[in-house]
Amino acid sequence: MELTGAQALLESLHREGVEIIFGYPGGVVLPLYDAMYADKRIKHILVRHEQGAAHAADGYARATGKVGVCLATSGPGATNLTTGIANAHMDSIPLIAITGQVATPLLGRDSFQEADVTGITMPISKHSYLIKKTEDLPRIVKEAFHIARTGRPGPVVIDIPKDIFVNKIDYKYPDKVNIPSYRPSTEGHPKQINLAAKAIQAAKKPVLYIGGGVISANASKELMELAEKCNIPVTVTLMGIGGFPASHELSLGMLGMHGTAYANYAVTECDLLIGVGVRFDDRVTGHIARFAPNARIIHADIDPAEVGKNVRVDIPIVGDVKKVLQALLAKVGPKEKHEQWNEQIAEWKKKYPLAYKMDGEIKPQYVIEQTRELAKGRDTIIVTEVGQNQMWAALFYRFDKPRTWLSSGGLGTMGFGLPAANGAQFGRPEALVIDFAGDGSIQMNIQELTTAVNNRLPVKIFVLNNCFLGMVRQWQELIYDRHYSHTNLCNNPDLVKIAEAYGAAAWRVTKPEEVRAAIEKAYAINDRPVLVDFVIAKEENVFPFVPPGQAINEMIID
Amino acid sequence: MKHTISVIVENKPGVLSRVSGLFSRRGFNIESLAVGTTEDPTMSRMTIVVEGDESDLEQIIKQLYKLIDTLRVFDLPPAEAVESELVLVKVAANEKNRQEITQIAEIYRAKIVDVAETSLTLELTGEESKVEGAIKLLAKFGIKELVRTGKIALQRGSAG
Repeated sequence: MELTGAQALLESLHREGVEIIFGYPGGVVLPLYDAMYADKRIKHILVRHEQGAAHAADGYARATGKVGVCLATSGPGATNLTTGIANAHMDSIPLIAITGQVATPLLGRDSFQEADVTGITMPISKHSYLIKKTEDLPRIVKEAFHIARTGRPGPVVIDIPKDIFVNKIDYKYPDKVNIPSYRPSTEGHPKQINLAAKAIQAAKKPVLYIGGGVISANASKELMELAEKCNIPVTVTLMGIGGFPASHELSLGMLGMHGTAYANYAVTECDLLIGVGVRFDDRVTGHIARFAPNARIIHADIDPAEVGKNVRVDIPIVGDVKKVLQALLAKVGPKEKHEQWNEQIAEWKKKYPLAYKMDGEIKPQYVIEQTRELAKGRDTIIVTEVGQNQMWAALFYRFDKPRTWLSSGGLGTMGFGLPAANGAQFGRPEALVIDFAGDGSIQMNIQELTTAVNNRLPVKIFVLNNCFLGMVRQWQELIYDRHYSHTNLCNNPDLVKIAEAYGAAAWRVTKPEEVRAAIEKAYAINDRPVLVDFVIAKEENVFPFVPPGQAINEMIID
Repeated sequence: MKHTISVIVENKPGVLSRVSGLFSRRGFNIESLAVGTTEDPTMSRMTIVVEGDESDLEQIIKQLYKLIDTLRVFDLPPAEAVESELVLVKVAANEKNRQEITQIAEIYRAKIVDVAETSLTLELTGEESKVEGAIKLLAKFGIKELVRTGKIALQRGSAG
């Protein structure tokens, strides 16, 4: 059939199973928006800033496991997407970013709203395409989706000049992808699996250290089987939260800079560290030479470049971690109890529990615990911004299921939470979606309240308002002699009034005894977003805290 | 330590910039880079000389493989490769030393490709040590300009 490039793009997206795209129109994408006017098979969500589109598509992808799609015009539209693209890249989230481009005869002439998008996004995307011929469009879309969702997932950028949208082609969508230079290996090498199984059998003090790779490979079930079969305690990275239930007796919670004391001690003392879908990030390892100093290290990951990048690895296994875990399960033998080791861990758990003190003020940890308790039995997704709000949620919410924790891990993007919550709510309409925000980060994409209001999204925004850029203030307090340089946000506008002006329900809570009722009231609202401004203790810190440059067992515990 | 690596990539726009961008953002040092098409016009071969230890080399190779357009990457240890480089050197010359420069050119089997009143331009090819040796000898006459292609290399024998 004969289609314009714009029609061909919509047809191709439809064939890739895309149900929703998040976008913002502009000059060069007019032909595409015109085609959307006629073809309504794919729902288009109008955001209020392109960064919101990228994060919404990202949140949608994290919550559903599908590929998220965002769309922007050329120049500033595209550059506004870049933070979202970089964010998805750092966290290995499958995303397609479609950008309009100036018409091919105008390329390279500093034309109106021209920016070199493939050039700009090269270091922050898995791959990128600039379409020069409309005939190439179906093949490129097919390849882009394949690259985004296979191997180590990530964002792929498709830059499309205006004339490419207008030209007509005889449309045929390819059945198969043929990229000779892209063949990710998924099966772990049997020899390596054997070595790993032997090391697991021989270990006296093993620890499983799991990350986002377990979530993206949907490998939680296999992980649980391995942990239980061999009695191995499990620690999770920020990205791995939900990959192993926090309520399980083998759970150590999160490790690293703000990890639990028992996770950090266990990793420091262990004789075998089994890394699965992780990348030994600096926030996890602390002082790298003193990380897991007594351990042999097994590292299983889909991305060969991660293996051996940051630490020396004794047994590398490259492959899809679901398949690797399945293969390991078949090789590891009868139950070894590791009694002494698990007793030692139980002792650490008893001695150094996660704790906070209640006094007359609202404590953020209390808000988070109550949020969880009052949501019991409901399908819940927690989204966060970045900073103290994120770390308190990571530590105190205690996640039990994958894809219920959506947070910007690698890039640490303030302003991620609200648009990502919107995207998650679109992907999982029945879920209770809550964004824990700070008074700093909520303002970075607050315009996305409009998107939520217009689409009657009942997302709950719980602002943990301490009148500070809290995490930076914490570092200033502990490392920079309490020099609170430019972190006081007490001249913020009234967030309740702002939310109300957008059409959201909003109110302020100042007393601990009002917290539970406020959360229940927020849960009862189903036709629009809710913002609750919790005025919390101003100088509450996130503990444990490993000061930068220290080994992870050298924590400030409280 | 210096390593020579050969990278076969899809001959597509932007590939050179993907490779060079990778080196700069990951802090790998490129000593030289030579690129051209191969026996198959849809593919290009890059010969890259890099400085680094074994773990750097491993990381460079893995990161290069990670680029979607990369087909093959291999390390070429000197013993297993034939290597060559082409250099053009413009040497300051006068009536007195013209003879001596010509003799050096002969020893190194360099071609004299341009003769002018105050200079001679030599075309040198060969392995790094030979090229470096010639340049060192020519330096005393005064090198006015110099350009190098960077090393190109192929695996010896039927491998590859």
